[in-house]
Amino acid sequence: MNTLNTLIDDAKNFHQPSESVIEVQRVLQICNACRYCEGFCATFQSMTRRLDFNVADVHFMANLCHNCGACLHACQYAPPNAFGVNIPQAMAKVRLETYQTYAWPKPLGNLYQKNGLALTMATSIAIILFLLSMQSASTGLFNTNLDGNFYAIYPHNTLALLFGGVFIAMLIAMSMGVREFWKNISTDPMMWSAASDATHDVLTLKNLGGGHQQGCNEADDAFSLWRKRFHHMTFYGFMLCFAATSIATIFHYVFHWEAPYAYTSLPVLLGTLGGLGLIVGPIGLLYLNLRRHPLHGDAAQKAMDRGFIASLLAISISGLLLLALRETPYMGITLCIHLGFVMGFFLMMPYGKFAHGIFRSASLLKNAIEVRMKKSVSVGAD
Amino acid sequence: MFDVIVVGGGNAALCAALTARESGASVLILESAPFEWRGGNSVHTRNLRCMHDAPQDVLVESYPEEEFWQDLLKVTGGLTNEKLARIVIRGTSTVRDWMRKHGVHFQPSLSGTLHVARTNAFFMGGGKALVNAFFRSAEQLGIEIRYEATVKEVKVQHGKFQSVVLENGEEITAKSCVLASGGFESNREWLREAWGQNENGEWPADNFLIRGTKYNRGTILKNLLDQGADQIGDVTQGHCVAIDARSPLYDGGICTRLDCVSLGIVVNQYAKRFYDEGEDFWPKRYAIWGRLVALQAGQIAYSIIDSKAIGRFMPPVFPAIKGNSISEIAQQLKLDENQLNQTVQEFNQACRAGTFDHNVLDDCYTENITPQKTHWALPIDQGPFYAYPLRPGITFTYLSLKTDETAAVFFDGKASPNLFVAGELMAGNVLGKGYTAGIGMSIGTIFGRIAGQSAADAVLQRSAA
Repeated sequence: MNTLNTLIDDAKNFHQPSESVIEVQRVLQICNACRYCEGFCATFQSMTRRLDFNVADVHFMANLCHNCGACLHACQYAPPNAFGVNIPQAMAKVRLETYQTYAWPKPLGNLYQKNGLALTMATSIAIILFLLSMQSASTGLFNTNLDGNFYAIYPHNTLALLFGGVFIAMLIAMSMGVREFWKNISTDPMMWSAASDATHDVLTLKNLGGGHQQGCNEADDAFSLWRKRFHHMTFYGFMLCFAATSIATIFHYVFHWEAPYAYTSLPVLLGTLGGLGLIVGPIGLLYLNLRRHPLHGDAAQKAMDRGFIASLLAISISGLLLLALRETPYMGITLCIHLGFVMGFFLMMPYGKFAHGIFRSASLLKNAIEVRMKKSVSVGAD
Repeated sequence: MFDVIVVGGGNAALCAALTARESGASVLILESAPFEWRGGNSVHTRNLRCMHDAPQDVLVESYPEEEFWQDLLKVTGGLTNEKLARIVIRGTSTVRDWMRKHGVHFQPSLSGTLHVARTNAFFMGGGKALVNAFFRSAEQLGIEIRYEATVKEVKVQHGKFQSVVLENGEEITAKSCVLASGGFESNREWLREAWGQNENGEWPADNFLIRGTKYNRGTILKNLLDQGADQIGDVTQGHCVAIDARSPLYDGGICTRLDCVSLGIVVNQYAKRFYDEGEDFWPKRYAIWGRLVALQAGQIAYSIIDSKAIGRFMPPVFPAIKGNSISEIAQQLKLDENQLNQTVQEFNQACRAGTFDHNVLDDCYTENITPQKTHWALPIDQGPFYAYPLRPGITFTYLSLKTDETAAVFFDGKASPNLFVAGELMAGNVLGKGYTAGIGMSIGTIFGRIAGQSAADAVLQRSAA
């Protein structure tokens, strides 16, 4: 019976367009008759390859949209015009729906609706309190004889198993979601040559360039490269931190070099650099987020955006603090705090803003395949 | 006191203001619209027709001066001023670098507009992006901008500009002035008066839709003509295209156009054809269809196509009226069912078999039928059938203030020393009738810059003297 209900739900989602999807279909019909924004980004180029837009097309295009705002400020049909076109906002609303629709397991999709600052922080703090109580019971909170050795508190194997396990579980959850998404948006065969185009678009944030490489819009119609820069700092900072952890794991298990590592060692250097990126980047993004033009995106999702930013900041700040305090009696507490934030982040990955990267990458891949296939409708050839 | 007042806030006004400011004059822009409606009709534009002797960034091949001039001569039927036209044409060959300096970006021609890839440079994001860039540049250069500042009167004494009076009674003086506040297309009473009553007792202009801003009420034009400024052009001439009858009364812009006329037949409210739908490529003909529809009873017509045409034209903004038979279409359009069936039948029987090709003037034409359809005539016989209602859509009016190469306003044949004109208010000097894509922006940009320069020169000469 449950399976049947799920099937019915699925059918509803995919064949009975939601209000947000209907709004995107409405505005795209206007945009496709205008096309002035074609030079801005891939969303409009994918639009011109179509004459009408089914639910799957809308899900795909909503995730292709980077919410740069260029088309809103350039739009002759933006409010107060009678056509009332606001592509960034319409797309943002559908994006949230796609995160929910494709979340795995499905009931957790509802977390997106509440996954704000409070939920992320509450999860992290609960974990921190748990870790602190464990530590208090075993080695004591202010143990002075640890010499920066984290594993005296939590054995390495325990940490690796716990964090690796949760991380892998969350990766599986995200893969299941994006697999479902891909099955719905793409009927084209996979094309690996397009994957390199898509990777390029992801790594360079090409679609935040505004088409003229002067960037996107923030508070007004001025173009700015700062969102792109801050996002780069955040993304590459995150990747450096991830690389640092991975290398340290290899050090430990392959070479049997045990932490703590010197300040000049590869894991600590990468982690420090990444941590700094993860402080400057999210602070910058938060600043821009607070100043964004009110018509950009979906105001209801600001809590999710800011919760994600805060979560990243909590990880980077606590991580660098741990490095600074690792030879002091505060190491234990700092370690609990850092681990708690990391765990909270991992747990929320498939059900929060982190998903935007996964779904957008999939959409960029789909777009790259379409471009390579030179899909087009031959209209207006006169 | 400001050196230069610019009345208007569209492309021509901004080009004038920026140029005057670059020459060292202090400038005040008076835009009658509020901020969110600023930019006049320019926000609906998308490109600039440009002369070029070799490929230039987004422009392919070449479009020499002589070809541009011949195109203009053809569409205006000679109702143009060669001297001013050639100033515009030559100006377009170099002006884009200046535009880029003020933040305008160009893009290759949009999909579905290949026919103008050679002649027209497209603004990235369209005209509103251009207007935003110019306003931003104006602010950075220290130009003062006032929105919701509607000028109701321009005070002129012995041909010399004195001041402007706003609707709230405020009077602002300046040493010189550029008028670039658009035509009178949004002044319903004036349109009504200009088009008069037809033989059916209808007032055709009552059924016109305005494709652009509701702020072009012609107040300045009327005020200047009342004060004896020299005029040029016919009051009924303008850029008038056939657009979807379901479009909003104002600001429908480009998306309301219909590109399927040449693929089917067009009938009036009596379900009868009235003009050759396949006379020429649609981009060369869309600007005459507004007038053609305006001349029909009820100022309404219906483009009818069959399933063969689907996918061959740019997607329209409103859904088609769909029917499985011509009778079903007639019922939905409330046309005489028998007459529409007869019209379609006669048309279908008149179609001679040929090789259909929408990219060339093909050999599918009709025989022994009036009016003839000279190209792309395929029988309308493959259901379902589709229909779109058409109404005249006015883009802008051509009645203008007469001017010369300095953009001066004339009184009794004498140029004003400090009052200048740009944009729609003078476009009729170059464009007496007809239209070709992007020419309005060419005139607005080049004469906007000339008017700004003249206004600044007038100030600088006066202070030097």
